[in-house]
Amino acid sequence: MAEKMELNEVEVWDGNYAAAQALRQAQVDVVAAYPITPSTPIVENYGAFVANGYIDGEFVMVESEHAAMSGCVGAAAAGGRVATATSSQGFMLMIEVLYQASGMRLPIILNVVNRAIASPLNVRGDHGDMYAGRDSGWIQLDAFNAQEAYDLNLCAFKIGEDINVRLPVMVHQDGFLTSHTAQNVYPLSDDEAYAFIGDYKPVDEMLDFTRAVTYGAQTEEDWHYEHKAKQHRALMDSYTVIDRVFAEFKEKTGREYKRLESYLMEDAEVAIVALGSTVETALLAAKQLRESEGLKAGVVAPRVFRPFPFNEIRDALANVKAVAVLDRSCPMGAMGALFNEVSAAMYASPHRPLITNFIYGLGGRDFSLEDAKAIFREQKGHADVGYITTPLQQFSGLRGPKLGFYEMKRSK
Amino acid sequence: MALTSIKNLKEFSTANERFEGAHLLCPGCAHSMIVRELMNATDDNLVIASATGCLEVCTAVYPYTSWDTSWIHIGFENAATAAAGAEAMYKARKRKGTLKDPDAPVKFVAFGGDGATYDIGFQWLSGMIERGHDVTYICLDNENYANTGGQRSSATPVGAHTSTAQAGRVSYGKKQKKKDIVAIMAAHGAPYVAQLAPNKWKIMAKGFQKALETEGPCFINTVSACTTEWKFNPKDTINITDLATDSLMFPIYEIIDGRQLNILYRPKNVIPVEEYLAAQGRYKHLFKPENRHVIDMIQKEVNERWEYLQRREEAGV
Ligand SMILES: Cc1ncc(C[n+]2csc(CCOP(=O)(O)OP(=O)(O)O)c2C)c(N)n1
Ligand code: SF4
Ligand SMILES: [Mg+2]
Repeated sequence: MAEKMELNEVEVWDGNYAAAQALRQAQVDVVAAYPITPSTPIVENYGAFVANGYIDGEFVMVESEHAAMSGCVGAAAAGGRVATATSSQGFMLMIEVLYQASGMRLPIILNVVNRAIASPLNVRGDHGDMYAGRDSGWIQLDAFNAQEAYDLNLCAFKIGEDINVRLPVMVHQDGFLTSHTAQNVYPLSDDEAYAFIGDYKPVDEMLDFTRAVTYGAQTEEDWHYEHKAKQHRALMDSYTVIDRVFAEFKEKTGREYKRLESYLMEDAEVAIVALGSTVETALLAAKQLRESEGLKAGVVAPRVFRPFPFNEIRDALANVKAVAVLDRSCPMGAMGALFNEVSAAMYASPHRPLITNFIYGLGGRDFSLEDAKAIFREQKGHADVGYITTPLQQFSGLRGPKLGFYEMKRSK
Repeated sequence: MALTSIKNLKEFSTANERFEGAHLLCPGCAHSMIVRELMNATDDNLVIASATGCLEVCTAVYPYTSWDTSWIHIGFENAATAAAGAEAMYKARKRKGTLKDPDAPVKFVAFGGDGATYDIGFQWLSGMIERGHDVTYICLDNENYANTGGQRSSATPVGAHTSTAQAGRVSYGKKQKKKDIVAIMAAHGAPYVAQLAPNKWKIMAKGFQKALETEGPCFINTVSACTTEWKFNPKDTINITDLATDSLMFPIYEIIDGRQLNILYRPKNVIPVEEYLAAQGRYKHLFKPENRHVIDMIQKEVNERWEYLQRREEAGV
């Protein structure tokens, strides 16, 4: 039996340690992992728990991230709880297997500590890896701070393993900004945390020898389409379970999560839509601007990046005049992905605010309070004149001459 | 039927039906013979991982499966890790007491083609062996990427024609030597490593049993004659394999604990490699006068290799 750990009511943990603690409390059966900055401490801390008897499961240090996810798939098909962690290049190396894991409907938990993708090589946080996962068939939860990294890991197991979901789940946090910033975290006790998640219930397991199972079959044009559509539907429909788990979590802890978080949006005239730790920066900027300039600013943030909260975006932005959508990943020849999704949601709305796109923070470039305020003020300008005065896509915090693309075409 | 009581080939080939005869492999494909022999070599439950390749695409086409056992395919390169992951889960669940039947005996096996083993999955295999998983990895070595139409692999021998190492007006086919995968796996310190062939079915069955019974990672390279890409008549699979083992193109031997090498089959009459080569379309071009030197070169290498294996065996180191 694994030794239990006595935790204080409040701990000072960074995002990585918070995630590692959640994995320990979930009593994961197999962790197959490979280190990469900035997610390495999750794996190292887990290793320390193993070395000190806090974990009963198997800890398999493999020779690459591709193997880490491959080992997770093999382990999950054998009917137990599985988790791992990675970032950036490691995430990219895993990608082939991410699709295989979701296609086989295996509820693996992957902590993605977001980091930029080479080249040029960069260890700092941006959302390149998170975005690269968006078509992979995984549920994607986004933590903005260490507490959320802990909470969302506990929720992730419960969501992914639900019999009506059976999908793998990524829990994202920002490299360094969240992963390496120590903050107050309120953990559950080991018993409470485990009781919340519950025992793992094997489905079609390879270790039940009364019933042969085939995982990873071949399907061509006769069946592949139906399988993929079914998988898509499972991901789309998973929101009901996500909502239920978030509600149960609130009941237990008082901490509330929504698939789309909205801050100061009741009377907002302008809004920023963003992901990750930036949400906290934008929210602080909104609060200060409300006080100092009377600017009715609000913030909207997908807590759940997949399944995308399409309807909730439409509702949240129903009354704003101008919106800036922030993408921390270089779209390379297109508008930002979050911008595209938000715009699509609003196009299907009778109310269409003015929407512009900001690329920002690539490779860990600081996104300051002032940057956020400047964006809010610019949106206010658009709201006042009733059209977009800037290029549709701009780069915030970039040195050198201003970079922007596409103008708004208006018919007067 | 327990294998120990099996006396003859007929009994052996019908003893266990965990691999269905209904599959899409070419008539005469040796892959299915080897797989069946492996599954016959134990009465224990099996968890099998297969790499992408002919075996996988021909045995699990939805909504059908030929596998009457636990079976998983992830990708081309990671069958070793799929099996390792399942084995790790078995250990964890056994310790925690969450297995449905904790006393059910189970063996973990991975199958990969030579492409999956020598090339793209080499690192995954190496990692699995190094970490010491209790997995038996079996390479179905048909010396080419058969599933994708017969491209070269690092297991393709010198002089063979493949679609990406072609024989032509100025080329005699593949120029590079075959990778010595058995030596590489033995060098990992794996407790049991062997090269076996399905024509010598009793030796093969024994080798498989040894691997399955040995705790820790075991590796077996098996000669798998490919009627389509080697270009011979499907009824001749075993005849071709006889020529392979009797010409010593494929010596049959094992290496215990990375050290002790035992030759498991010594042909009574060693035949010239020329006979083996002449029986297959993939070597046809070698019989042009200008390519005679290639056949001589192959024969010389085979002789030297046999000499080396015998000396290693004698030396016992
Ligand atoms: C990552 C990846 N690269 C390439 C392929 C295409 N591919 C599938 S099977 C195969 C060759 C298989 O050769 P081998 O392992 O020798 O098995 P065989 O079919 O000969 O039994 C190739 C190249 C793939 N499926 N995945
Ligand atoms: S192509 Fe070769 S390996 Fe593939 S099924 Fe046919 S005979 Fe077997
Ligand atoms: Mg092959």
